[in-house]
Amino acid sequence: MWPIIRNIARTGLISEPPPEAELQWRTNAQWIESEMLRILGRALTIRHVDAGSCNGCELEIHALNNPYYNIEGLGMRFVASPRHADLLLVTGPVSRHMRVALERAYEAMPEPRLVVAVGDCGCTGGVFGESYASCGRVANVIPVDVAVPGCPPTPIDLLKGILAAVDRRMPSTISTRPGSL
Amino acid sequence: MLPGLNCTFDRLPGPLPVSRAQLTRKSWKAAASLARSLGGRLVSLWATDRRPIDGHMALHAAYATSAGLTWVTLPLTDSLRVYPGVDDVFAEAVRMQRAVADLLGLLPEEHHDARPWLRHDAWPADYHPLLAQHTGLETFEGAPELYPFVPVEGDGVHEIPVGPVHAGIIEPGHFRFSVVGEKVLRLEERLGYTHKGIEKRFEGQRPLDAALLAARVSGDTTVAFGWAYAMAVESACNCTVPERAQWLRALALERERVANHLGDLGALGNDAGFSFGLAQFSRLKEDWLRLNAAAFGHRYAMDTVIPGGVRADPAEAHLEQIARQCDDIERETGQLRSIYDEHAGLQDRFAGAGRVSPELAARLGLTGLAGRASGQAHDLRSDFRLAPYDALGTVCVSSRAGDVAARVAVRFDEALESLRLIRTIAARLQAESLQGPIHSALQVASTPAYGVGWVEGWRGEVLVALELDQYGVIRRCHCHDPSWQNWPLLEHAVIGNIVPDFPLINKSFNLNYSGQDL
Repeated sequence: MWPIIRNIARTGLISEPPPEAELQWRTNAQWIESEMLRILGRALTIRHVDAGSCNGCELEIHALNNPYYNIEGLGMRFVASPRHADLLLVTGPVSRHMRVALERAYEAMPEPRLVVAVGDCGCTGGVFGESYASCGRVANVIPVDVAVPGCPPTPIDLLKGILAAVDRRMPSTISTRPGSL
Repeated sequence: MLPGLNCTFDRLPGPLPVSRAQLTRKSWKAAASLARSLGGRLVSLWATDRRPIDGHMALHAAYATSAGLTWVTLPLTDSLRVYPGVDDVFAEAVRMQRAVADLLGLLPEEHHDARPWLRHDAWPADYHPLLAQHTGLETFEGAPELYPFVPVEGDGVHEIPVGPVHAGIIEPGHFRFSVVGEKVLRLEERLGYTHKGIEKRFEGQRPLDAALLAARVSGDTTVAFGWAYAMAVESACNCTVPERAQWLRALALERERVANHLGDLGALGNDAGFSFGLAQFSRLKEDWLRLNAAAFGHRYAMDTVIPGGVRADPAEAHLEQIARQCDDIERETGQLRSIYDEHAGLQDRFAGAGRVSPELAARLGLTGLAGRASGQAHDLRSDFRLAPYDALGTVCVSSRAGDVAARVAVRFDEALESLRLIRTIAARLQAESLQGPIHSALQVASTPAYGVGWVEGWRGEVLVALELDQYGVIRRCHCHDPSWQNWPLLEHAVIGNIVPDFPLINKSFNLNYSGQDL
């Protein structure tokens, strides 16, 4: 037990980004948390669906949970069922084999079904395009609120995209916000 | 080379020990048995529609023996779409043969499992996308088809269907468990959900353009696939890569290995209820990725390896940072390892879970990291010592225990070995003798050409087999991930374990969906 506690103590609190982005991130972190609570009155729940990704985007979505980005500390968490989700985070071009599963996950969500398409493939179909096996971009299958470009998008870009989706569906509730987020 | 086969072998240009031979129906089967008797393994099995070029379909297999890689081809006449299957010699061929049936309509003479593998219901059974007459852009109204899972019957047996969408941030696939109480009697996997037509997409592209696609076969293995693809193009174009580029490729590949091992070690702790491990290892991984972004311009070094060389040359300051980071990560990983080793609850979950015996691993062709944890001590870096590994002396890590604990231990040992390699590479890259160009121009031949790339990625050996036509355009590019071999072994590993241990066992293999489904 002691080595564990020692390691935790030595590591300290690291939920901060690297120096150059520090100030902007800290302001945003506080803003994100308060906005999330104000708009939703609770944590934002996210359900991820890989609809045919190369798994690059999944690596960055995983990274959101690391202590640096600490997404749960911002009032967002990943849930195991679309029935518990406010927002669907979809990666990949939608493979034709995943089309039905994606549609069902979307339909299982309660309103307002926010959808964020992740990555160049989610935005446009990417290098895979449309074919006998791929439906192309996510918007070809379900309505998309925000599409986050990048291959894969960085964790910060993913956060920006998630917030933009919340913002877009509830424009009147968003107060003035600092920074360029 | 497979000595004793009555045929001529052509050595492909390039540093890899690869030879090609055309076989007859009789020698095709003999080649498989011969490879088996030499202690070799089946690396991949695939097919090409070569009718526009020489009027026949061609079935290919790649065998690895201690002499290197042997690529054998069996021409099939148009009317005869059956071939002698090799699944009775190499069991791992079953799914590959099912994929060949889906994609090109070629069938083994004795079809032991006639169910589709990569095809679900998005296109009809008589549409074979890799046939030359199809553009790959055809679309169909799919009607749902029932996939007959193997039923398990008996008193108290019930099924648990899981997926394709899983309860975490993971790739899609379907698992069908047959259980009694909590005990797993049988697991059957159904994959192919992320099939997005990658191999068809390669056709008709120029080799340089298609590097983007190769780097996106699988995001977590982007460097290995990028390198294997580049190696295949360079072999087909007889292009020599500058020495500095070779070292930079090894740097990127080893950094990819460490990044994935760090991530897995954290996730394995978490799946055994030890979230401290995830927090710590994901912190180390993030540090690691950030230095990747600084040094290579990409957190996963995607598109760093390109045919002819590499795209990015880290600055000297970054090389020094890389060396220092190895010291830091080594120290911290060592501390975390002793915490893992001394944590009774964690070891209780790891030890004995999901065991694959070395005998079973050898019989069914378990490969790569998981293979090394079950006594299959193959590692291309130490077996063939391709530059720059010839100058590095990589140690092949292995264990014979075959359980989750062994796969954890192999990851720790491999990560530490890679840190040692990276330190050496970073030092060498700063040496005067290694300064120079990082890219050489590609001269595409005006005759049909072949190339192979074979790289030890973090999961295991990644293979790319490339055929260019006389215009220098891709006729066929086959990408093979070691997960093809290892997925069936996961089914064996969980037998007799309890359902709640499946996520842990699955994570200890951490197999690729996208790289398998293509």
